[in-house]
Amino acid sequence: MEIPYAVKPRPDTGLYNAKLGIWLFLASEVMLFGGLFSSYILLRVGADLWPHGMLNIPIGTFNTFVLIASSVTVVMSWASLKLGKLDAFKKYMALTILCALGFLSVKSFEYHAKFTHYDVWFKDAATAEKYFKDAYGEEKGVEAARKLFVERFHLQNTKATYDANQVQIGGHIEGDPLCTTLKKLLAAKKETIQFTPDAPFGTHDHPKPIEVKLSDVIRLSSYVPSHSTYFAIYFTITALHGLHVLGGAIVLTYFLLTADKWWKKNPEQLANRVEVGGLFWHFVDLVWIFLFPVLYLL
Amino acid sequence: MQATTSTHTEAAHSHEQHHDPGFLRSYVFSTDHKVIGIQYGFTALMFLLFGFLLMMCMRWQLAKPGLPIPVIGGLLESVLGDVAKGGVISPDLYNAFGAMHGTIMVFMAIVPLAFAAFGNYVVPLQIGAVDMAFPRVNMASYQCFAVGGVIMFVSFFIPGGAAQAGWTSYSPLATIIPTHGQTFWLIGMVFLITSSLLGAVNFIATVIQLRAPGMTWLRMPFFVWTQFVTAFILLLAFPPLEAAGILQLIDKVLGSSFFIPTGLVVSGKPYDVSGGGSPLLWQHLFWFLGHPEVYVLILPAMGVVGEIVACNTRKPLWGYKSLVYSVLAVGFISFIVWAHHMYLTGMGTKISTFFQTTTMIISIPSVIILTCLFMSLWGGSIRFNTPMLFALAFLPMFGIGGLTGLPLGFNFSDLHLHDSYYVIAHFHYVVAPGTIFALFAGVYFWYPKMTGRYMSETLGKIHFWGSLIGMNLVFMPMFFQGLYGMSRRMSDGGATYALTNAANEGVLTAFTATVIKLNVFITHAAFLLLLAQIPFIINVFMSMFNGRKVESDNPWDATTLDWQTPTPPPHGNFTKEIVVHRGPYEYSVPGHPTDFTAQNAPDPKPAK
Amino acid sequence: MSHDHSHSHGPGEACDHGHDDHNSPEYIQKTIKKYLMVGGILFGGTVLTVGMYYVHIPSVAITIAVALLIATIKAGFVAGVFMHLSDERKMIYGVLACTVFFLIGLMGLTIWAMHDFPFFTLVGGKPS
Repeated sequence: MEIPYAVKPRPDTGLYNAKLGIWLFLASEVMLFGGLFSSYILLRVGADLWPHGMLNIPIGTFNTFVLIASSVTVVMSWASLKLGKLDAFKKYMALTILCALGFLSVKSFEYHAKFTHYDVWFKDAATAEKYFKDAYGEEKGVEAARKLFVERFHLQNTKATYDANQVQIGGHIEGDPLCTTLKKLLAAKKETIQFTPDAPFGTHDHPKPIEVKLSDVIRLSSYVPSHSTYFAIYFTITALHGLHVLGGAIVLTYFLLTADKWWKKNPEQLANRVEVGGLFWHFVDLVWIFLFPVLYLL
Repeated sequence: MQATTSTHTEAAHSHEQHHDPGFLRSYVFSTDHKVIGIQYGFTALMFLLFGFLLMMCMRWQLAKPGLPIPVIGGLLESVLGDVAKGGVISPDLYNAFGAMHGTIMVFMAIVPLAFAAFGNYVVPLQIGAVDMAFPRVNMASYQCFAVGGVIMFVSFFIPGGAAQAGWTSYSPLATIIPTHGQTFWLIGMVFLITSSLLGAVNFIATVIQLRAPGMTWLRMPFFVWTQFVTAFILLLAFPPLEAAGILQLIDKVLGSSFFIPTGLVVSGKPYDVSGGGSPLLWQHLFWFLGHPEVYVLILPAMGVVGEIVACNTRKPLWGYKSLVYSVLAVGFISFIVWAHHMYLTGMGTKISTFFQTTTMIISIPSVIILTCLFMSLWGGSIRFNTPMLFALAFLPMFGIGGLTGLPLGFNFSDLHLHDSYYVIAHFHYVVAPGTIFALFAGVYFWYPKMTGRYMSETLGKIHFWGSLIGMNLVFMPMFFQGLYGMSRRMSDGGATYALTNAANEGVLTAFTATVIKLNVFITHAAFLLLLAQIPFIINVFMSMFNGRKVESDNPWDATTLDWQTPTPPPHGNFTKEIVVHRGPYEYSVPGHPTDFTAQNAPDPKPAK
Repeated sequence: MSHDHSHSHGPGEACDHGHDDHNSPEYIQKTIKKYLMVGGILFGGTVLTVGMYYVHIPSVAITIAVALLIATIKAGFVAGVFMHLSDERKMIYGVLACTVFFLIGLMGLTIWAMHDFPFFTLVGGKPS
């Protein structure tokens, strides 16, 4: 019992079943990512403070190039199949999958960098200012910490003032632990940490590590979803996108590995499957085309 | 035609290489839409019963607050522990039962039964297709549903129990409750939503691509149209809820603050998260699905009623084109009315007015559909069999449900009625004596096609009258309770309500006591309703073995293609090529020799 | 969401002969050049957007508008050329048009709802 129009298109719609199916599925995915983008807009518009410059732009740009290249290679692989060139298809498909894996590795590198980067807030203004001076020098320490804060949240043109204990110091903890929290450190009976503050604004010279007493700290968090809604939405959207990249890569790998068998059995159906997989892949690229400027640049 | 047995099946299979697939492939891991439809149907009916029993426990608490449940109280305590100490439903347990009653009824009973079960079984048959467009995706969608259902069910037995924040799961409450029931709920929802999305893609592709030759859009049975629009609603409305569910899951598991506002204080202590989120965001994302979801609940039911009315009045449906355009309109407009569930969240007048306007507009096509169904009865030769009784009852019951929604659709009247028992009465009227009656009708109607036997008419009529009376006795008083100000989701059986009315002592005390006493009346009526379902359960199982056998493949003398197959339809559905020559409701056509002409029958010779 | 399918075809009739040509080898050969060109355009668009970031336009609204415009154009190329949407039939357009309409509804109405206040609200405060 064969399902009609599984391979050959139905005359009045001009579509074979899987192509209609994937477009319908993509419509639902548009709504899914659309819901997340709406959430992003609402959270950002409703926030008092929204950081900028927290994400590495050269790396993000590189990833964008990688995904665009993979879109080109996947459509080339489909075109090769249509032209009857099985080897060219395999070459382009392998390149696409490689690009996908490259994207994912770069992404995991980015995530790791975030998980080992910490913000520390202190219990009162006087303590905070003492640590600012420790980190950035006796004279200009408080000034330097405030400048980092103002630049991060684009507060240059506002009249809002922030107490020193509302200003955080960003940096790395010795040993680069992953996603630790104040609670976990205290539970491990630590009383101090060695903290390497971030470089002052506009420079790349990291100050020397300072010793921070945990009893002076009111909040300590790495750049994880619980840090702020900024990172919460960043990680959620990019992780969901990453899962789609992974899923797509798995499906495309399956097509690559079973290509010989299908080429012999039913080459037109193989071309259709690759087209449908390619459509999904382009969608994944499309989402990134919006994600990249919205998260990294704006 | 003789009632078919295996001879037709063998003929259908004769030119196929079919080795016997075995029990697992045939009944558990089947890709046949009919098997999957029945799988969905049985699972959904079991969840329907389970959700009903949850509600019975809640009704006991409302009628006799603080008293142990007789008979099963001890069982509840031994299974659920302290929350059911002494067999009494504690407030936490009441909330858990309430949240899960809603979730189970909506997502695990009605939608799978109305959309997936009936849709899967009937739609391919009615359009003349051999199966759904993507049979393996179909199987996957059932398995996702089953996994989601298991996760939801299991959540009752974990420490802390099931989700407690209502089926609407509002943050921050849903997030700050420290136990894991909510997490299970969210993961279960992801599976249930995925199942619906896969099903929706399948339905739409099937209806567009696999209609038999001659089956043009305007020759499709009304049921197929309703399922088609329902599938579109599911496809486009569910993903924002999936997004919201993911966000709430991350809030709960990773401590983020998507829906937690800054400065939240819980139990006297500042809640230790970053803040900066918005509880309203959850509400918008939830209701963006939540409202179209109610049309998912009603449209398939309207489709079922349409089929049964046409067949049992021996007349075409009145206003077929109006019905089709109205169903399309309802589907489309349903996406832009959602914030009428949020009138009390502090929205401004402009946006409130927008949503009130769209809400009023959507009532127009709904009324058109109901009117067309009513008009279809005029001049009909009505056969009062059990499916027709349920279909007939649907009409006024849905009418009451729909009309009582109007005061809720207006901002100013909703101020008084929001979160009261009036709301509960309204939506239960639409879904319970509304949709569920239509689905019961569908079971009685299509049972002979699935099994080759009729269900017992006697048991069916007892089921019908008991349910009709029971439903009305349960839900009508709730309108009054709501109008008199009784809040929903309160486990205390009216104690708080009495307190809030204590200030108006003297004049209103009598009212207050009456309103609270209604709880006892309603609980008794609910018990009657439960008893009325027993004949149905017996009927479903007994008729498989003892039911009167059908005389033909088309026992109801229906015109649609689902009745032009062998009984039960074999793998591949049709034993001959299907070409459609006419519309779906050619009943009592003047000059035709019989009072119905099947869609695929050759042109009949005129009667002498 | 009305469907214009009142005409039905016999089983053997193809509806659009032009459509068959879109799968012929000659057509595909020509399109390969188009794919590579579009790939180049996408690269260029990315460089442009990133460049905008470093150039720092003073108005936030304009920055957002231009960045999203470039992104939409890039998306249009991916959808139109790589996903052959420009060759596709009314059916797909219909589905996507509905999707976009509902998406705009979701975003727009939600944002409006959270920023439209009743008459007598006290000053200050976005809703939580």
